[in-house]
Amino acid sequence: MSSGANKIIEPGTHFLMGNEACALGAVVAGCKFFAFYPITPANEIAEYMSVLLPKVKGIYIQMEDEISSIASVIGASWAGRKAMTATSGPGFTLMQENIGYAVATETPCVIVDVQRCGPSTGTPPLPMQGDVYQAKYGSHSEYPIIALAPSSVKEMFTLTIESFNLAEKYRTPVILLSDALVGHLMETFEIPDLSQIEIVERKKPDKETSDAKYFLDEDVAPMPVFGCGYKAHVTGSTHDEKGLRNVEDPVYVDKVVRALHRKIEKHKENIVKVETKFLDDAEIALLTYGSVARTAIHVVNQARKTGIKVGIIRLITLWPFPDVQVQSAARKTGRIVVMENNLGQVVNKVSEVAAKYADVKFLPPRIIGSLHEPEYVINFLKEVY
Amino acid sequence: MDQKHVHPLLVKYARIGAYKQPHCPGCGNGIVAQCMLRAIDELKLDMDKIVFASGIGCSSWIPSPLFNADVLHTTHGRSLAFATGVKLSNPELRVVVFTGDGDSAAIGGNHLIQAARKNIEILTVLVNNRIYGMTGGQVAPTTPHGVKTKTTPYGNLEYPFDLCKLVEAAGASYVARWTTFHTRQLVSSMKKGLLKKGFSFIEVISQCPVQYGTFVGIRDPAEMLHIFRKISVPFEKAKNMSREELEGKIVIGEFVDIERTGLAEAYQRLLEMMNL
Ligand SMILES: Cc1ncc(C[n+]2csc(CCOP(=O)(O)OP(=O)(O)O)c2C)c(N)n1
Ligand code: SF4
Ligand SMILES: [Mg+2]
Repeated sequence: MSSGANKIIEPGTHFLMGNEACALGAVVAGCKFFAFYPITPANEIAEYMSVLLPKVKGIYIQMEDEISSIASVIGASWAGRKAMTATSGPGFTLMQENIGYAVATETPCVIVDVQRCGPSTGTPPLPMQGDVYQAKYGSHSEYPIIALAPSSVKEMFTLTIESFNLAEKYRTPVILLSDALVGHLMETFEIPDLSQIEIVERKKPDKETSDAKYFLDEDVAPMPVFGCGYKAHVTGSTHDEKGLRNVEDPVYVDKVVRALHRKIEKHKENIVKVETKFLDDAEIALLTYGSVARTAIHVVNQARKTGIKVGIIRLITLWPFPDVQVQSAARKTGRIVVMENNLGQVVNKVSEVAAKYADVKFLPPRIIGSLHEPEYVINFLKEVY
Repeated sequence: MDQKHVHPLLVKYARIGAYKQPHCPGCGNGIVAQCMLRAIDELKLDMDKIVFASGIGCSSWIPSPLFNADVLHTTHGRSLAFATGVKLSNPELRVVVFTGDGDSAAIGGNHLIQAARKNIEILTVLVNNRIYGMTGGQVAPTTPHGVKTKTTPYGNLEYPFDLCKLVEAAGASYVARWTTFHTRQLVSSMKKGLLKKGFSFIEVISQCPVQYGTFVGIRDPAEMLHIFRKISVPFEKAKNMSREELEGKIVIGEFVDIERTGLAEAYQRLLEMMNL
């Protein structure tokens, strides 16, 4: 299905809100189905999608809750459409069971979580990075996931496209872990000529194959489309390569769990992205991601002027965790300061992989849910320098 | 397996390697499965253009993996939401949902109501065995008042749902109830539902000899079918009966059969209009 995006999206400079850029990115990626349940601070994505999608023969539907939103997205994906949903913390929690289903059934789809503050209802319009673990561990049992963290309006556009590409390539749900700051931020950004943007389409099975293996291939099995005669059997129960349920033999549990993990682990090098700056001569590395990276970049420039040799490593991919890249930054600098807007999530992972190479320190904002003040960060850097 | 001993409908419609049914002997799910295959056969529908979705429960195993078509066996209670995504995405496909009373009257209750309200073109077959079969016989929102189950050892204090009334009030285009005794009527209803251009709902009161049967002391499936026949009252007749007279009866028949544009078709019209 052609995206049809060039009919409605002009290349050039755009001045938009992060959530709107996300909607544009989705359309450019070829998204043709979007389901939603209203929630702050993700509403603008849906509002824009409801305008855009019908113009490109796409479907927007408001469902009765977030459980059914992700469920209908998975159904749409099996019917051959690129599909997405968006939400924030409370809705993300409701989606978890079916996110696990999407992982187990190897269903490509994109879930945007515009994170907000606090457990429970919290403070809806304020940003926080509280869902990093939920993105990886929110659904039951063990499973791999891909999660990306945009830092700007531009990245709400580019990483939404990247999310679709990864989802289609690896037949997996991909989580775009944004937050209220990036979602509601307004910035200018460039949309290039659409023909220059790489768009990945899922691999479909060769029709002639009689011994249809549509699941559990670490190099990603081709995915049937409903209604084309593949007679696909899709189940969240433990299954074999043909998708047929086998809940008698524990060997199949082992097979499914390992195959799903290997599919992502094996291709990690191609999935994981980080951005580094000033690391070559740095004696300390600021490690950060998402909205907080904006402050960090500012701080690094300031601190360097005062003689602190600080560099930055910004995680674009949060899951699978960029351990090789983090270890390399740790080896180079010997000191890592992890900045995130929570009481310590990514920092635990950093300690796990890099503590033997570097001294790992954690710096939350003074007030959770607010930005790190540059001065507060610089003072901290001076202390540990 | 030697095809001589296999039912001709299975030879024609069963997935290779899936002849063996997962249900207990005498379970009503086999009857419901056969009625659906018969309806499809009589209408000469192409199985490649039907998607079967189901949730979790014994009843959700009716199409999964038996039916040789695209089958989406989903999470508990959510099959209608998954099916909504399938139908909207490709309106040319017929979408049929198999679900249970726990699946769609308890955990998925809101999806049932909303799917009926949206009038999305899906045929839903809800197998009501008045119990949670798969998990071992716990009380369901359909268990009659007073009945003892695994989790109502002193008798059920609550009252059961009238699911047909619920779905009718929510806006479905076709609503019917039969029992596993009324197979001819069930096949005929399924045929209507398969062709309907709106939300269709068929409740099948079914026997679970293993769980429900144990609690009510009737373990013989044939006896259960016999009782279904005895206590069933046609809708037309029930209209003139009092609440007391209807106590313990099963009202059967077609309750709703109307024409109203379904959501997938409405959406297609919008897309055509916007992309002239
Ligand atoms: C979220 C969730 N909760 C609970 C269960 C356990 N469970 C499996 S089947 C079932 C009940 C099914 O009852 P019903 O829909 O009536 O189907 P039946 O087995 O009676 O046909 C339950 C509660 C589950 N699979 N998922
Ligand atoms: S437990 Fe009951 S409903 Fe489930 S398969 Fe056995 S008889 Fe049928
Ligand atoms: Mg039941």
